[in-house]
Amino acid sequence: MRMHRTLPMFAFWMFTFGIGAVSAEAPNLGKPISAADIAQWDIDIEPDGAGLPAGSGTSDQGASIFADQCAGCHGDGGKGATTTTSGAPAAPPVVSDMKRNGIDDTTLTIANYWPYATTLFDYIRRAMPWTSPRSLTDDQVYALTAYILAENKLIDGKQVIDAQTLPRVQMPNRNGFIVRFPERTPHD
Amino acid sequence: MSRSRNKDSIDQVAGNGLLHRRALLGRGLAIAGALGTGAMGSPTSAAAEPLSEQDWSLSPGGPVPAYQTPSKFAKSVVRTLSNPSFEPRTSQSRTPHQLLDGMITPNGVFFTIVHDGVPDIDPAAHQLLIHGLVKQPLTFSYETLLRYPMTSRIAFIECGGNSAGLFSPKPLQTDVQGLHGLISCAEWTGVKLSTLLEETGIDSKAKWFIGEGADAAHVMRSVPLAKALDDAMIALYQNGEPLMPGNGYPMRLLLPGYEGNMNIKYLRRIKLVPEAAMSYWESQIYTEPLPNGKAYQFYFVNEVKSFITQPSPGCTLQQPGLYEISGIAYSGKGRISKVLVSADGGQSWAEAALQEPVLSMAFTRFRMPWRWNGGPAVLQSRAWDEDGNAQPTRAEFVSQRGELTSVPPLLAFENHHFNAVTSWAVDEKGTVKHAYA
Repeated sequence: MRMHRTLPMFAFWMFTFGIGAVSAEAPNLGKPISAADIAQWDIDIEPDGAGLPAGSGTSDQGASIFADQCAGCHGDGGKGATTTTSGAPAAPPVVSDMKRNGIDDTTLTIANYWPYATTLFDYIRRAMPWTSPRSLTDDQVYALTAYILAENKLIDGKQVIDAQTLPRVQMPNRNGFIVRFPERTPHD
Repeated sequence: MSRSRNKDSIDQVAGNGLLHRRALLGRGLAIAGALGTGAMGSPTSAAAEPLSEQDWSLSPGGPVPAYQTPSKFAKSVVRTLSNPSFEPRTSQSRTPHQLLDGMITPNGVFFTIVHDGVPDIDPAAHQLLIHGLVKQPLTFSYETLLRYPMTSRIAFIECGGNSAGLFSPKPLQTDVQGLHGLISCAEWTGVKLSTLLEETGIDSKAKWFIGEGADAAHVMRSVPLAKALDDAMIALYQNGEPLMPGNGYPMRLLLPGYEGNMNIKYLRRIKLVPEAAMSYWESQIYTEPLPNGKAYQFYFVNEVKSFITQPSPGCTLQQPGLYEISGIAYSGKGRISKVLVSADGGQSWAEAALQEPVLSMAFTRFRMPWRWNGGPAVLQSRAWDEDGNAQPTRAEFVSQRGELTSVPPLLAFENHHFNAVTSWAVDEKGTVKHAYA
């Protein structure tokens, strides 16, 4: 039906304005989809906490999950490891008291650099563990987030991390950035 | 011979043997020929061998394959791999610019970075979702997108970490591929993102969008919405054929002039949002610590840059005479307006010929005739774009952005967005090495 309605109009525009003028004419073939059907893909977390799911976790809960699922690449306690056959670091440390050294990116850590704690939840849930991303429950992701924040002394070890508490975690380097090509700076 | 020398001095346009570019173009072709004869003609060259038939001329050749790959004699024209045994980490492969010419990077050697392997995506099961601050969330299948009006453009894609080795306090000794191999240029064909956003409608609160991939890392970046309404494309074809798996098959986001990581491969989701999402990649990886302790964030544009691909490290000049200096210039802010070349480490400069076509945010091939006299030389190129930006010298760049305190591993990424002048030093033996000058 759509074709029959659109084609004569398409021909008219072609005739009148040439091909350039009809480039905005599109076939409108996108399929509507509901929020519920989007949910499984809708995984980005904003710095203000938008997108954070229900659930919660603590550092204690996170410690055993980390030992089980993360330490193989990130080392015991998240302090880094050299486990690849080439000797290249398998994965960066996620718990570190390293100081930044000049302009060297490789001395940047969660504790000394990341502006927002919400990024931890977002990244763990979307990309970790490396061999089986999206395999952790939301509670497990909260627990791992709490564990990494606590081990880095960014939160109290007893703090429950959830959708309300995570966006309120103050990261030390929050104001350490200069926006190079601004359209708008986030949450200032 | 004396006439030839006079001709040389007339045509020399900058120090240490740089010749007027008419030696390459138009009527200059005749001049180049004359110079070539003067310098390397029959008086000093051994006579050619007698010609004979080779085996491949004496029996039928091979069958025609359905999809052709390069000759086995060109097997060195390949990418170098940072993670050949596929350990659980990011993999980079670098383009062999020293073995290529022109402005288009062939698909087989187009650089690839993947953060969790190259996904094997069935386009029949792939969906592109556009949602968030839109009037109507919509999904588009691959098949569906093929029905949309297409547009083509030639554009480079450069990793923000390309040339990171030049932050080293001493010049790293590797080739163009090792130093500058994380950039390539292709013709991209696809559907403009703005066309699809017309269909979904845009809520006026939307200021950014995020792009996200279907790869296992689910790579996600935030992009100002203005880019979506300007020149962002859902690219489906790369140099005329479906995208390569390492470059985003079946579809990727193309953001001309913006750092490679933002050009989301395996694109499956676009969400319009009020603020940047601050993904891992924009919170740490693609940021640039500065000497003053602060750091650049949202350094999107790959700024004006150039480097010489011939001659370059790894090649040896066999004898004094006429050579063509050739290289690549580009800018994420528009067309290249001018490239200057120096053969004396920046003491004197001459304007290179720009190979047509010169396109916005695409590779521009530059060429410069040079008579090597057999002595030391330091070759440099420096580009300007139509926006008025000059490629910085290394000294200018380091005064702003700093350099490392110690020599880093060859393939490390200690910082990003290096765009200063690169220098190649030629010694009396014709050996070419990376140098700081």
